[in-house]
Amino acid sequence: MESGALIRADRPLDLEAVPERRPRRWPFSPWHFFLIPLALMMLMPLVWSVVTSLETSSEAQRFPPVLIPSALHFSNYVDAWNSLPFAHFFLNSFLYSLATVAGNLLFCSLAAYAFARLRFIGSNLLFVLLLVTLMVPFQVVLIPTFLIVRNLGLIDSVGGLIVPNLCGVFGIFLLRQFFQSLPVELEEAARIDGASRLGVFFKIVLPLSAPVLATLAIIQFMWSWNDFLWPLIIITTPEHSPLQLGLSMFQGTHVTQWNLLMAGTVMSQIPMLAVFLLAQRWFIQSIAYTGIKQ
Amino acid sequence: MADVSFQDVTKEFPGATVAVDRLTLDVPDGEFMILVGPSGCGKTTALRLVAGLETATSGAITIAGKNVTHLSPRDRDIAMVFQNYALYPHMTVYKNLAFGLRQRRTGRAEIERRVTEVSAMLGLDELLARRPAQLSGGQRQRVAMGRALVREPKAFLLDEPLSNLDAKLRVQMRAELKRLHQQMDITTIYVTHDQVEAMTLGDRLAVMRAGKLQQVGTPQDVYERPTNVFVAHFIGSPPMNLLKATVAAGRAQAGDLSIELPHVPEGPCIIGIRPDSLSLAQGEDAPAALDFDIEVIEPLGGELLAHGFVNGHLASPDTSDEMPLLAGASESRAEITAKLDGRLRLKAGARVRLAVRPGEVYAFDAATGDALR
Ligand SMILES: Nc1ncnc2c1ncn2[C@@H]1O[C@H](COP(=O)(O)OP(=O)(O)OP(=O)(O)O)[C@@H](O)[C@H]1O
Ligand SMILES: [Mg+2]
Repeated sequence: MESGALIRADRPLDLEAVPERRPRRWPFSPWHFFLIPLALMMLMPLVWSVVTSLETSSEAQRFPPVLIPSALHFSNYVDAWNSLPFAHFFLNSFLYSLATVAGNLLFCSLAAYAFARLRFIGSNLLFVLLLVTLMVPFQVVLIPTFLIVRNLGLIDSVGGLIVPNLCGVFGIFLLRQFFQSLPVELEEAARIDGASRLGVFFKIVLPLSAPVLATLAIIQFMWSWNDFLWPLIIITTPEHSPLQLGLSMFQGTHVTQWNLLMAGTVMSQIPMLAVFLLAQRWFIQSIAYTGIKQ
Repeated sequence: MADVSFQDVTKEFPGATVAVDRLTLDVPDGEFMILVGPSGCGKTTALRLVAGLETATSGAITIAGKNVTHLSPRDRDIAMVFQNYALYPHMTVYKNLAFGLRQRRTGRAEIERRVTEVSAMLGLDELLARRPAQLSGGQRQRVAMGRALVREPKAFLLDEPLSNLDAKLRVQMRAELKRLHQQMDITTIYVTHDQVEAMTLGDRLAVMRAGKLQQVGTPQDVYERPTNVFVAHFIGSPPMNLLKATVAAGRAQAGDLSIELPHVPEGPCIIGIRPDSLSLAQGEDAPAALDFDIEVIEPLGGELLAHGFVNGHLASPDTSDEMPLLAGASESRAEITAKLDGRLRLKAGARVRLAVRPGEVYAFDAATGDALR
């Protein structure tokens, strides 16, 4: 208050300088009234699946649902793991996800760079055509894709999962927009410094694109990890099946073992969590790179 | 080390912009060549043509006698400093400096030696581990210079390298640039807007206008003997005063100024008087004098700039456009600038009589703008 008085004495005409009454401080903002219920709603299915995964089979079937199990049956996880070839599921899902992430990072970025920086006849038309394909639903191209994959002899194999998903239009679009925003002088400087086109791409453009590459990697990983429809179409052998398709095997025609299904589901989500935590660190690091005033 | 030359080089951009128009210019080995001209006259384009970042529409560019017109930037062995420095933000200063050498497969020990040498020369030793974001503007500028120097290129291209620095740093770097060039003796082409840089830095000066080369020569030469009214007006700060005049019987008449110009043909012409060629007239009947109504005075310390009006018509340095007469003036008035002794106690609103120093009047053709001597 002492300093407030001084300020007023110094500038008697400045009415704005009257010290403001501080609003009373709540430990939370009004937004929390809205956000907390929303968060609970989002968490509910997660909590329910974890709870179900620890119940006995009969508790899991009951309605209304039992939200506090009588005992914690961690054995469900062992039973789930042993009743289906989970090791195969995990391996297949990892192969599928990592290969498509790697494929998208490489091929999308190459294509996007060409669209962003190289001048060639029809480049804009070609790009628009690519974007148009985003509007075609997957169901429409399902059968042609199936036929192509069959001709490649990749039906019922992880390869058949990977090959059609190695490069996506969304990734090309996302990266092209980002590449266009990079200062072109950096690339020119590198070319004068003696780098080839590809050298510029790998040594300058890609390192500066870490945030957007991480974004694409997460999106693609999530997408491949959770993909159900395409594996359902081409995979018939349990040993070749990825997780999401494999989990559906708990859903029998007559009975569904909900507790085991949920145990499997919870296990299947752990790698996703790991990817998020890992990528988060990356995000922060890359933001530190790009926060540069030129 | 090599000479750089343009032979009849034209660069057209789509949309019929002719950025560089039939440019022929030789920069001998080791010369410091300054390229000046108003904004948009094609200076940057000319530099980018040498670097290989643009390809000439016609004509040839040679470096060290070798035609490089269609070579890619990496095969030309030149270095360029960009206006915004273009430092690689994800690399440390050391790696920024070493990048060009690594691309050219220089040995590790040699890279180390050269980076150390250049960073010592530019005072960057302490900063080698930092990223560009952690440097001040002046330090970034040095790194950009270092990145070019470390390669020991055939030629050195700089595009307004000092324009992003504050005034004090600019003066300091200007001196440093000059010292570096004397030390290294590399052929340099330097683009600038800045009058002082243009006059002090280079061995020679090339003035461009709308893609066309106007004049090449030593700064002194261009200043003292401009080939046309555009160059005369562009070089020198504050710019030369230009007045419309009529010549008859060996005398030019511009407003109430009458001066002897024996070699100029009769008829209309443009006369040019530099602000520093004007001084207060001694006595009422001084020759070549005119009345000057002071409007604004800018004291510069030892000197002062007086802006004001005299009788007469202003001429435009661009002979293709007519300058409108000042509205409302019954007898027309022209605004001119005089650089006078700073100790004079002059007041705005006063009328003084200015004398033109004899022999310091330029005359130009009224239609073409070419110098008349
Ligand atoms: N990539 C381009 N495409 C089309 N026109 C261009 C391109 N680059 C430059 N120009 C045009 O060419 C002309 C010369 O441009 P340039 O950049 O060489 O001028 P400058 O002399 O360097 O100007 P400044 O002093 O403002 O930097 C300008 O009219 C500009 O609009
Ligand atoms: Mg420019």
